[in-house]
Amino acid sequence: MSRADKIDVKNLSVYYGNDPAVKNISILIPEKKATALIGPSGCGKSTFLRTINRMNDLIPGARIEGNVLVDGQDIYDPKADVVEIRTRVGMVFQRPNPFPKSIFENVAYGPRRHGNNRKADLEEIVEKSLTEAALWGEVKDRLNDFALDLSGGQQQRLCIARALAIQPEVLLMDEPASALDPISTAKVEDLIDELKKDYTIVIVTHNMQQAARVSDKTAFFLSGELIEFDETSKIFTNPQDKRTEDYITGRFG
Amino acid sequence: MTKAAKEKLAFQLLTIASVMVLIPTVGIIVYIVIKGLPAINWSFLTEPPRNMMTEGGIYPAIMGTLYLVLGTIAIALPLGVGAAIYLNEYAGTSRMRRLVHLAIVNLAGVPSVVYGLFGLGFFVIVLGFGRSLIAGSLTLAIMILPVIITTTEEALKSVPNSYREASLALGATKWQTVRNAVLPSATPGIITGTILGIGRAAGETAPILFTVAAFYLPSIPKSIFDQAMALPYHLYILVTEVPNVPEETKFGTALVLLTLVVGLNLVAVLIRTRTRRRSY
Ligand SMILES: Nc1ncnc2c1ncn2[C@@H]1O[C@H](COP(=O)(O)OP(=O)(O)O)[C@@H](O)[C@H]1O
Ligand SMILES: [Mg+2]
Repeated sequence: MSRADKIDVKNLSVYYGNDPAVKNISILIPEKKATALIGPSGCGKSTFLRTINRMNDLIPGARIEGNVLVDGQDIYDPKADVVEIRTRVGMVFQRPNPFPKSIFENVAYGPRRHGNNRKADLEEIVEKSLTEAALWGEVKDRLNDFALDLSGGQQQRLCIARALAIQPEVLLMDEPASALDPISTAKVEDLIDELKKDYTIVIVTHNMQQAARVSDKTAFFLSGELIEFDETSKIFTNPQDKRTEDYITGRFG
Repeated sequence: MTKAAKEKLAFQLLTIASVMVLIPTVGIIVYIVIKGLPAINWSFLTEPPRNMMTEGGIYPAIMGTLYLVLGTIAIALPLGVGAAIYLNEYAGTSRMRRLVHLAIVNLAGVPSVVYGLFGLGFFVIVLGFGRSLIAGSLTLAIMILPVIITTTEEALKSVPNSYREASLALGATKWQTVRNAVLPSATPGIITGTILGIGRAAGETAPILFTVAAFYLPSIPKSIFDQAMALPYHLYILVTEVPNVPEETKFGTALVLLTLVVGLNLVAVLIRTRTRRRSY
């Protein structure tokens, strides 16, 4: 693992029942780059993504084999602190899921749980995070409004701001634009482009153009296996595996 | 019969059914109000009964019921909500959870007089509380626990999982998640359940009969180990045990009890509808 690699996954398999949903995957995810995970639905992209911040722990019966290292630290070590891991590895979900609270309280949620309750601090964090998420201009005059009254695209950017507010190092995004209209999608894509300067981003998408637009590296999954992983430009222009080629040219999936 | 005729008949039958349901409800309320209202005045509400209960008011019974209700919530709310949180948020699908569920379902079907008997045997005699507010409150609390637990569980279940996921993904602990992302959305449901439980506790006679209720005790209880009068039991003795009680005194007492219970139910309904609109 070179210094530029943030996440080191070694021989990872994930089981829900007897059959693995993710099969023996090894992958090195670079720091401060966007890595896209593509592949037909049901191939294990979400499952893989959720192992990186241990969200699969929440699913009864899910278990893993192999290792996931973030900055060289095994996050599945029995001594590892899940709360600390999730603080470093944030997540944005497929459907925008703001809390039924005000815009301000949504962003302040994480910092508050980590013990920061000073009003001045929170105000600063909220402004900074909303700015980073390219939402500040649209909501700065109504921070106390109900978050669920925002449009879908705004809600998703709010969720991104909420995730950024605890200053994670890694941001996992599971099809963050799939529930959004094209204009909101474009905004979220621009945002990802901006965020990858400061954060390590792993984004699941089933939209090939999106992967090509926002990512530096692309991993192609098929039936729980990692088929090919390379520079995004290479995957899309000169894939090494026939199955990758078939998928990106739209011959299946 | 044509389709249209059938439709009309069905509509009429259903209308009749709903009216038939309404009649006794409205009937009871109107009857009690008409017969009881003449008794209601300031001294009826603020004075103890006098002259073998044929005169004076029902103040000690009102206060007794109030104390009992307060004691019952103080015990049943933390226990019930705690148990429901454990069952819904922590227990997973364990055997423990199924066991507790089974217990709750069975508890809910036990007739209230059995609670009274249990309260007498356990709280009054074994634990030595004697007939007292604490024995009565504990008995009532056990009786309404199933209501509080099941409504709280329903309320917790209705909170979208995405809130829990969002909170946990922000590095919140399980308890922080329950406390800050789940409970705020579940609170109105919990309150509704609690009020329904209280309404039941305020109105039942059997559980307090052997555990707390005093036949005649003009003073207000000073400690949780004192006996107390209570509205349902007071009404019961006015009707069955004491001669020459004026009709209007009986119905006045019934009216106060009814107002209390219906009032509490209305509050529950109000909270429920208010939260259909959201709160934050
Ligand atoms: N909670 C779960 N319980 C059982 N099986 C699951 C669960 N989540 C996903 N799976 C299964 O794991 C496989 C991979 O799913 P997923 O990771 O969601 O794929 P993708 O995100 O690529 O569409 C699928 O076969 C799916 O049915
Ligand atoms: Mg998925």
